[in-house]
Amino acid sequence: MSVTVLLFASYADALGRPSVDVPLAPGATVREVLDALKRMPGADRLPPSPLVAVNQRYARLSDTVHAGDEVAVIPPVAGG
Amino acid sequence: MIRTAIVSRAIDAAALLAEVAHPSTGATSLFVGTVRDVHDDRGVTGIDYEAYAGMALRELAAIGAEASEKFPGVRVVVEHRIGTLAIGDISVAIAVAHARRAPAMDASRFVIEELKRRVPIWKREHYVDGTREWVDPTRASPQAAGRA
Repeated sequence: MSVTVLLFASYADALGRPSVDVPLAPGATVREVLDALKRMPGADRLPPSPLVAVNQRYARLSDTVHAGDEVAVIPPVAGG
Repeated sequence: MIRTAIVSRAIDAAALLAEVAHPSTGATSLFVGTVRDVHDDRGVTGIDYEAYAGMALRELAAIGAEASEKFPGVRVVVEHRIGTLAIGDISVAIAVAHARRAPAMDASRFVIEELKRRVPIWKREHYVDGTREWVDPTRASPQAAGRA
């Protein structure tokens, strides 16, 4: 399976696009999404453990990702 | 009464005050965040705000619900603007009304602190020298380092 990972702000700039498709084995975790993402060009500019949201909620590294989930990597927020 | 929104037009703080007004309230607190012309000694000419819209709306709504639970009876309206803002433009406004002043002021502080902590919104500052940078609040500023 693969999931689409949304990128924002400095992370979108680092990878040069607003989203990437990441191939994953069934039962993959958020940690494995990040591992796959980090092999992509430009991802060396991401921090070691960025925040991840799954289906618009902050997720843990151990959470399982399913096909069709909305996954997003969240740069340090700066609203206000 | 709680309303939270991400908007891409100018924020009318007076309209927010009118929206939370109610005969049962005796205290109204208004917090307004505006674009400042300097950050860490660098001249700023404007800011682009970007949001993960769906999640930002969800988090803002959750914060509004939490404020209502923590401070029963509050009437809260929050608007955060996205897009390109100029110096002095309002980026966020929070109006809170309550029968008493303490919950009105405390709920306002709660909402802005939670918003800054968890709502997925980012800002890219434009500097006077023509460069632009995404702001990373987790990185220590040169000013803070100087004070430490």
